[in-house]
Amino acid sequence: MSRLPFYLIVALLLVSGAAMSIHRHVQFEVPWTPGELRQVWEIEAQVNFTANGGPAKVNMALPSSQQGYRILTEHTASPGYGLAFLEEEGGRRAEWSTREAIGDQQLYYSVQALVAPEARNTQIEPPPLRRDILWESPYDTAASQVIDRAWARSADHFTFARELIHDFTDERQGENARLLLTQFDRTPLLVRLLNQAGVPAHEVSGLMLDHGRRRQNLMSWIQVFEDQQWALFDPRTGEQGRPDDLLLWESAGQAVLEVQGGTNSRINFSMLSRNQPAAAAVRSQLADDTLLNFSIHSLPLEDQALFQTILLIPIGALVVVLLRVLVGIKTSGTFMPVLIALAFIQTTLITGLVGFLMVVAVGLVIRNYLSYLNLLLVARVTAVIITVIAIISVFSVLSYRFGLNAGLTITFFPMIILSWTIERMSILWEEEGPKQVLIQGGGSLMTAVLAYLAMNNPWIRHITFNFLGVQLMLMGLILLLGNYTGYRLLELRRFKPVTED
Amino acid sequence: MWTTPARLRAKNIIGMNRRNIRYIGRYNNRRLYPLVDDKLKTKLLAQEYGITTPALIGTVTTQFGVKHIREMLVGHAGFVIKPAKGSGGKGILVIERVEGDRYIKPSGARLSLEDVERHVSNILSGLYSLGGSPDVALVEALINFDDSFAEYTYEGVPDIRVIVFKGYPVMAMMRLSTAASDGKANLHQGAVGVGIDIASGTAIRGVQFDRTRHDHPDTGHELASLHIPGWETLLMLAAGCYEMTGLGYLGTDMVLDRAHGPMLLELNARPGLAIQMANGEGLRSRLDLIERQPDGVSAEERVVFSQHHFARSSELRETA
Repeated sequence: MSRLPFYLIVALLLVSGAAMSIHRHVQFEVPWTPGELRQVWEIEAQVNFTANGGPAKVNMALPSSQQGYRILTEHTASPGYGLAFLEEEGGRRAEWSTREAIGDQQLYYSVQALVAPEARNTQIEPPPLRRDILWESPYDTAASQVIDRAWARSADHFTFARELIHDFTDERQGENARLLLTQFDRTPLLVRLLNQAGVPAHEVSGLMLDHGRRRQNLMSWIQVFEDQQWALFDPRTGEQGRPDDLLLWESAGQAVLEVQGGTNSRINFSMLSRNQPAAAAVRSQLADDTLLNFSIHSLPLEDQALFQTILLIPIGALVVVLLRVLVGIKTSGTFMPVLIALAFIQTTLITGLVGFLMVVAVGLVIRNYLSYLNLLLVARVTAVIITVIAIISVFSVLSYRFGLNAGLTITFFPMIILSWTIERMSILWEEEGPKQVLIQGGGSLMTAVLAYLAMNNPWIRHITFNFLGVQLMLMGLILLLGNYTGYRLLELRRFKPVTED
Repeated sequence: MWTTPARLRAKNIIGMNRRNIRYIGRYNNRRLYPLVDDKLKTKLLAQEYGITTPALIGTVTTQFGVKHIREMLVGHAGFVIKPAKGSGGKGILVIERVEGDRYIKPSGARLSLEDVERHVSNILSGLYSLGGSPDVALVEALINFDDSFAEYTYEGVPDIRVIVFKGYPVMAMMRLSTAASDGKANLHQGAVGVGIDIASGTAIRGVQFDRTRHDHPDTGHELASLHIPGWETLLMLAAGCYEMTGLGYLGTDMVLDRAHGPMLLELNARPGLAIQMANGEGLRSRLDLIERQPDGVSAEERVVFSQHHFARSSELRETA
């Protein structure tokens, strides 16, 4: 039996994988290391609405370059719609239009924003003060009392705004504030009060950038002006200042989305942060989608976030193969450690380890009781699954009560896999005693930790996500490992007594 | 604590990876695995080929049938319940005798009928089978093992593992259960492994927990005088399993019955490597020699060939 075809396939995989990676490195200047990179946010807005059947027009606010962010490229996907970008006073807007639309409509807009600390704000003219503010009784008295109270405790526009918002936060809410909130929404109310007090202000909408988030909504902020300066206030807390990860989407005080000829319109956002060399980031506009540029980056953002994790699984599996074939570690369930490691990525290592041990320990105790009930196997494992869900719920609630938000991430554990782990460990305990449970459980946990360390390594994450060719090389490597007939590391210890005499 | 690959190679030791790829992968056709993974199939096949096995009392195939286990067991003093697709000795329940409504294990533990029924139910649910697939429970008559071995074992039945490669018996060991192994004959659980000379059927060397032993830890009986009666019959039985299954790399587990002589207990398509420890020698040179032999040799000739080439003298006598 000739092994030649096998080695040819392995060589082909290794060479083509390396060639693809080098091509990406040279042609697209994707660097080998994640260092000295610029962070680029890819943000995708998805507009949904139900069209009435006639002509429809959708007008959406677009972000501009601003403090901390520079807008690089934008794309839209909206088959059947005409599109125009409009520059209106204070902001850019996109306008989609169509003569006939019926049923559910989806429009996509995606934008790349480069994190650029040196980027400055464009000048924004203060909005004109609205003088036509009229209150009905009894809100007029309440409004003027609230204004007077905050005015007395402030020195300028910014401190006034801060004091005013503070009076509307939960702890300090007075009777007047509560009365006003029954009639008006918080943010428009605050803007109205500020305007009445002669402070130029308007509502703006911003997006909190958080890697891998999907289905996010805009949050409203209040922009307050004093001469040529302005400041942002969080209407929920009264905090002044702009968080670093806030991208202002709409900053002209206009509506974010206006739909004519449709109902039930909404907009949500998904985002992904990616590290790109600054040069490539600027040039990405020019890169055409060719076959050689085969890359995950051509997928919609939501799927990219998913793929980033999927592409790491071969790394975890490689760790398992190395530990089993070269070292000879016993694990409970071949690839169970990879799934645990994936959960660790979400929970962070320490929380994950503590959570895992607690769930398995409590699960073993309860499983021990179940074995007295003499149940059929499938029913028993199902009972363990429900138990695991209960344990996870209890831990989540408890840790939340104690203020440990990290405990909530325990829900990322694969529950069915955990249940089978508990079942297997329990049987192992009954048949071979606690020592084997410790050996196999410890082996699984150690494999999971090593897989986690490999999968969570920034360099490995960078390489697997940006160079798909690496997957081919991994495949070749694993094929080679599957061909290894030498000793395992632990066998050097196991068979040592034979060599002694 | 550690040795080097070069030293292991000098001792002809083969590791797990080599066993899996070079021998199991190459000589054991997957299609034939069900013959040995299912003990019921093995048993029926063995009867067809005239290879003696322990008597079958009955089988339980449905959860409904569990309730009838009591009637099946009436009149049998001792019996063994095992999963047809179990591996590594998992799920084997040995009942030495029945007292009233109590079932007594060799360790003296007393089980109720419910305990036995639960065990059978677990077997049917696939608790002990590979991959957790539904299984069948076999009930076999207890083996009346040869009294000459009473001194060498604690509670359990000693069994003899012969590795058969392409039909040639290449290495053998006897597994003696101990208190530490809870009456089980698995080396990693603490049973004593005794390397057996292929030529004569006498003990070469003993190990427990990978350390050399000259006596049985519980009975204190020395191992050097251990001799297996009917050795050639046993080797013929083992060699015949190659024709029976077609598997090239096979572990055959035999027991010696007082009345019926050597009996085939079960077959293993993935036999472990501990036999090398018990023999103080690796399998590699022997397997290499067999690989150079032509096919189509009769079982008698193969046994003679092995007895001639793999003869060893006891290490136990030299040191004793």
